[in-house]
Amino acid sequence: MYDASLSSGAAPKPRGKSLLVQDARTRKRNAAEKRFRAYGMTAILIGLFFLVVLAVSIIRSGVPAFTQTVVDVEFTLTEEQYTAAEGELFKTKAYEGLLIEQIRDTLEARGLEVAFDAGAIERLLGKPGGTLREHYRANEQDLGSPVSFKLAAASRVDGYLTGRVTREALQDSRFMQASDLDLIDALVSADIITRAFNWNFITGADSGVDNPGGAGIGASVIGSFFMMLVVLALSLPIGVAASIYLEEFAPQNRFTDLIEVNISNLAAVPSIVFGILGLAVFIQFMHLPQSAPLVGGLVLTLMTLPTIIISTRASLKSVPPSIRDAALGVGASKMQAVFHHVLPLAMPGILTGTIIGLAQALGETAPLLLIGMVGFVARGYPDGVLAGFTEPNSAMPAQIYTWAARADASFYEKAWGGIIILLIFLLTMNIIAIILRRRFERRW
Amino acid sequence: MKDNHIAENEVATKNIKIAARDVQVYYGDTHAIKDVNVEIEDKTVTAFIGPSGCGKSTFLRCINRMNDTIDVCRVVGDILIDGEDIYDRKVDPVQLRAKVGMVFQKPNPFPKSIYDNVAYGPRIHGLARNKAELDDIVERALRRGAIWNEVKDRLDAPGTGLSGGQQQRLCIARAVATEPEVLLMDEPCSALDPIATAQVEELIDELRQNYSVVIVTHSMQQAARVSQKTAFFHLGNLVEFGETDKIFTAPEDPRTESYITGRIG
Ligand SMILES: Nc1ncnc2c1ncn2[C@@H]1O[C@H](COP(=O)(O)OP(=O)(O)O)[C@@H](O)[C@H]1O
Ligand SMILES: [Mg+2]
Repeated sequence: MYDASLSSGAAPKPRGKSLLVQDARTRKRNAAEKRFRAYGMTAILIGLFFLVVLAVSIIRSGVPAFTQTVVDVEFTLTEEQYTAAEGELFKTKAYEGLLIEQIRDTLEARGLEVAFDAGAIERLLGKPGGTLREHYRANEQDLGSPVSFKLAAASRVDGYLTGRVTREALQDSRFMQASDLDLIDALVSADIITRAFNWNFITGADSGVDNPGGAGIGASVIGSFFMMLVVLALSLPIGVAASIYLEEFAPQNRFTDLIEVNISNLAAVPSIVFGILGLAVFIQFMHLPQSAPLVGGLVLTLMTLPTIIISTRASLKSVPPSIRDAALGVGASKMQAVFHHVLPLAMPGILTGTIIGLAQALGETAPLLLIGMVGFVARGYPDGVLAGFTEPNSAMPAQIYTWAARADASFYEKAWGGIIILLIFLLTMNIIAIILRRRFERRW
Repeated sequence: MKDNHIAENEVATKNIKIAARDVQVYYGDTHAIKDVNVEIEDKTVTAFIGPSGCGKSTFLRCINRMNDTIDVCRVVGDILIDGEDIYDRKVDPVQLRAKVGMVFQKPNPFPKSIYDNVAYGPRIHGLARNKAELDDIVERALRRGAIWNEVKDRLDAPGTGLSGGQQQRLCIARAVATEPEVLLMDEPCSALDPIATAQVEELIDELRQNYSVVIVTHSMQQAARVSQKTAFFHLGNLVEFGETDKIFTAPEDPRTESYITGRIG
């Protein structure tokens, strides 16, 4: 052993304590550090756990809203049948009769015997005759050859297939009867019932309370989008201008202190207060249209302003004063110093604050209840809703609230689906903000 | 008062650039500068020395009205540059600062390219009519800042990526780019290593040919090396002002002597 021979005897004994042995104080400190790390990890794990639970339950409950049960029938209409049906008094009824025959034939071909009548088909599929007639009137070339129709099934069919509606619990009603369940079973074994993507949920408008299948969130996405435009266009310039003035130009005195305190207080005011303020000022006093995204946007602007002002001021404050000195030192005016040097450096922080403010505004329901942007059925959709800021509309969270409050259980599923769309909207906004922030970020 | 008479006698025949008359500075209730009278010559390096907190920076910042940016700060008395009162109501501080450049204690380049750092002043003052002229101004300023050779190949690189000494010389180049007549420097070398300090000191000596340079320093050796005139401040008073040689070899005031020999400070 080279080391040993060299150090034996000649090596000086360490003075005091050896570094190789931990003393009591060091052990205690290390233990405390380990404990703290464990606490931190636990905290993060708990957070992650809840996030996962939330994500899983949202997706599990929400995804069915994006699909729809359809009865997929291959249907052939000859020219003679077409002419005959068009000659009838109740034309759609004639088409319906042909469809029923077709379904019966299909089932018989597979050896399935069920008794059903036109009433049962109407309970399951609504009024399919109209859909058929419309198709053939528009596409006469399809006459004589088989066409595959995907006919949307009623929400109770959905419910039966997903287990929400059970045979035992079912009471015969005008919506569904026990015998209908046999028909559904037969259709399932004949592979006629499938699930298809529900475009109407994404693009459509809200439906009546008894038609959950036709409900869509599209109209309220447009409403939310218009509101966000109003909020962004008003609160960003006003908020940033106010912050710059307060932070860089305003003298420090009682008056500005008062303003400062009030802005902080405003950020803590419950949103419903802003809602009632909006109702009183914008609608009752200024006579702006009710239920309009413009009014919603104005109310949400009031709510968002304090958030933007506070975060903008914080990010202006975090720009080192030496940068202002440098600019003033070469003879820049105060405004030039702020706009050429301070503001660009504060931009990432301002954007973060703006996005947080907008995200809050996007998810806000309470003030919208008060200005009537809730429980609204878009009759003129899509024309009326698309017309813009002053046409009545709803917003995503308000729409979700409406659905969640409805009696029919299938609206519950729609509410979850709406939440997924809301989160996607939010995520898109955040991604845009991150991209913008990357652009503005500067290395020091 | 006695000190000022001596100073006046010596500089009477020379060109006075900056003259301060009974200057008082208050920070709220704090009386930071008391009755300062001083005359600073053109094309000279004047050093302000004194223990920290004695008001050197405060007085320096009066000369380009940087104190205006501090809410609580109040300046009383007159400061004349070329015989014009800079605290006159008609004077715009922005115009003044183009004429009186400043270099700060901590190098503070803008987080922009080296070129933009230097070009910023000339741009906002409209000193260049086109890109070629601006390029010229930038090159001249960087040469005067004795940093041209080090950065000429990377003018697009960020100014903040330079070493501390290079950053400070960049700031000096930025200050001279606007063609000031007076250059104020507040402890420009306190963040620099000895080699960078030597480079900056050499540069200050060169700048003397074109500008009136006022430098605050906590290093007496530095004051002795670079300045022709020295002012000693103590507790807000200008205790002694005169030829640097004289201040360091035969100070008149006992406080100056104690400071120079290391008994206060
Ligand atoms: N912004 C300010 N607000 C209030 N007091 C200040 C401010 N700047 C400096 N002072 C006070 O003025 C005095 C002189 O400071 P300063 O000029 O910075 O000294 P020096 O540069 O000589 O070290 C000190 O007592 C200091 O506390
Ligand atoms: Mg100082």
